Amino acid sequence: MALSKLSSPSSLSTNILKPLTNSFLLHRPISTDTTPLTIETSVPFTSHQCEAPSRSVETTPKELLSFFRQMATMRRMEIAADSLYKAKLVRGFCHLYDGQEAVAIGMEAGITKKDSIITAYRDHCTFLGRGGTLLEVFSELMGRKDGCSHGKGGSMHFYKKDSGFYGGHGIVGAQIPLGCGLAFAQKYSKDETVTFALYGDGAANQGQLFEALNIAALWDLPAILVCENNHYGMGTAEWRAAKSPSYYKRGDYVPGLKVDGMDALAVKQACKFAKEHALKNGPMILEMDTYRYHGHSMSDPGSTYRTRDEISGVRQERDPIERIRKLILAHDLATEKELKDIEKEVRKEVDDAIAKAKESPMPEPSELFTNVYVKGYGVEVFGADRKEVRGVLP
Amino acid sequence: MVLLLAVNMVTRAGFSLKQLKMWGIIRQKVAAGGGSPVARIRPVVSNLRNYSSAVKQMMVREALNSALDEEMSADPKVFLMGEEVGEYQGAYKISKGLLEKYGPERVLDTPITEAGFTGIGVGAAYYGLKPVVEFMTFNFSMQAIDHIINSAAKSNYMSSGQISVPIVFRGPNGAAAGVGAQHSHCYAAWYASVPGLKVLSPYSSEDARGLLKAAIRDPDPVVFLENELLYGESFPVSAEVLDSSFCLPIGKAKIEREGKDVTITAFSKIVGLSLKAAEILAKEGISAEVINLRSIRPLDRSTINASVRKTNRLVTVEEGFPQHGVGAEICASVIEESFSYLDAPVERIAGADVPMPYAANLERMAVPQVEDIVRAAKRACYRSVPMAAAA
Repeated sequence: MALSKLSSPSSLSTNILKPLTNSFLLHRPISTDTTPLTIETSVPFTSHQCEAPSRSVETTPKELLSFFRQMATMRRMEIAADSLYKAKLVRGFCHLYDGQEAVAIGMEAGITKKDSIITAYRDHCTFLGRGGTLLEVFSELMGRKDGCSHGKGGSMHFYKKDSGFYGGHGIVGAQIPLGCGLAFAQKYSKDETVTFALYGDGAANQGQLFEALNIAALWDLPAILVCENNHYGMGTAEWRAAKSPSYYKRGDYVPGLKVDGMDALAVKQACKFAKEHALKNGPMILEMDTYRYHGHSMSDPGSTYRTRDEISGVRQERDPIERIRKLILAHDLATEKELKDIEKEVRKEVDDAIAKAKESPMPEPSELFTNVYVKGYGVEVFGADRKEVRGVLP
Repeated sequence: MVLLLAVNMVTRAGFSLKQLKMWGIIRQKVAAGGGSPVARIRPVVSNLRNYSSAVKQMMVREALNSALDEEMSADPKVFLMGEEVGEYQGAYKISKGLLEKYGPERVLDTPITEAGFTGIGVGAAYYGLKPVVEFMTFNFSMQAIDHIINSAAKSNYMSSGQISVPIVFRGPNGAAAGVGAQHSHCYAAWYASVPGLKVLSPYSSEDARGLLKAAIRDPDPVVFLENELLYGESFPVSAEVLDSSFCLPIGKAKIEREGKDVTITAFSKIVGLSLKAAEILAKEGISAEVINLRSIRPLDRSTINASVRKTNRLVTVEEGFPQHGVGAEICASVIEESFSYLDAPVERIAGADVPMPYAANLERMAVPQVEDIVRAAKRACYRSVPMAAAA
């Protein structure tokens, strides 16, 4: 609210900002200022078989502050998930996304909730970006009732169909044909929406990717394949797995764009561009040059196949949240203290969500037998000892 | 025997059993105590007794085609995709005429990339469309099996009901004739073991129509196992079956032939062989009850068990490999629920435990024959020699 008073066409003055800091921003840290702002991406786009979009991205202070807040939330969420896993409250697999937040956030800014997103197992932040809540994330990770899949999916199987998020898939590469299928259905239904199918540099070599891409190009499906290239497929560096690690070019006859995946604005621009392209001309590949700070999963320290210097180097030079922080400060959209306050708030939100999730009960034993089918015809279903535990599918 | 053939020919020409009885061509005898070798004269295709007097013949191929046509007409979300389903009119002509009628947006010729197009089909089902994905044979479904099981079967459960998958995977399954090891595999047992899938396998044209319609209307992923050798066979269909609203229930087996001495379970082409075996057994005083499973998953355990409780003997017959097969599951089910009713060990007839050979004589040995079913039924009845003639 304080900032909106300053939304005259002329530039914001830091002098006016300071006295108002304490009173308003603690309660309403996100600016509602929608004055357009044009910012250049870190690097120009590199294109394949198409003309790259402009480096100048239109944004607003409100958007930049929301980027900051949302990415800070994602970062904190993933770090908290790490602690929960080490405390054995999260079991099985846990693949963390910290470092890659700009891809999730930038994509959301460039599309609508009517467009569809499908991804692999590194899906916590993508789910949050699509409108999922922290409570749903932590509850699902801990296998509780309030989880987005009511505890039956786990870390790799988050879904939010009502806002176009189709999971959450454990089999590397499978989500790509599924995503092309979503695009097919969107075209069939004449919805004028698109699907973003995300995959990693490891999955980029999968045969089914090329099968699906061929069909998508043949049938002009509004599918955008997004390679989140964090340069490591589990422990294997991209140069050891791919003869050609120019993933944006691998589509051959399908146009591609290489994007700095640590720059949320570049991601936003690329996704907007890709959506327009896909609705008119069929599929496109986006390669997001990004990085994950954690290992592949919680069982991978992430430092046996890459140096700690490399990891800290990226954190210092290219961290997506730091980039936005610098932009906000450089354009005087908020003070350092305001940003730190946002981070404190976010931390509290995450802690509160974890506390609430810990109170959420585990699913009822009867849930073992629900949702096997939509229509069960009263068929019998059996537990481990079929004479002891039987159910009837509704 | 000659009378039976005559009845068979006459009934296939379109006259009902009722009419034949009226004209005194058939006499029904009910045996008292079991002396007469032929208790009842029945035509080979015994489901005539359920039909109204006007009976039409329909090939299984036509039955499937009409089912697809009607369901596509009724619901614009239904579409067909697979190799050669469009311009070629279907590799086995099952989709004949559909491209012309519904256009290339709803009848889609795919490249030879099962993993890709099956995944696309499942993704379309996630969004709410109702795809029918055709595999030229189910042998090729192995290229796409990850999508059938991990992307389709498990999604409703993993998402706790958010993502349902109303898809049908259909195509010929099992052995054809002389197509060799890679083209003759039966997948019933594999798919039927997966929770989240429904697995259906029709025998007659009535089955083909009713079960395919049920599968397309069903909101869950259905694996629909046809049989290439049945496509050209004709069966009588009643007016009820021909109606566009006709549908068979999923999970219910059909008793093709009633009997009281031994139960024979079968599905798909083997039902025909089992009915022939039942005829031969009947002449030797063994009254066999033939169950057409129709639904492999869910398996109609109650019909099977009720039958075994009546006959006390069971022979399971299937075309696929014996180990971990459909018969093994049926046997286990019967032992668990009707053990004290069994008067003999359960007999299993299945495909030979070898990859399908090519040479005609070896192929014949690799697939169940009528004699095998007859022999197994007799073993279950503790008879290894033909009954002596009645005194």
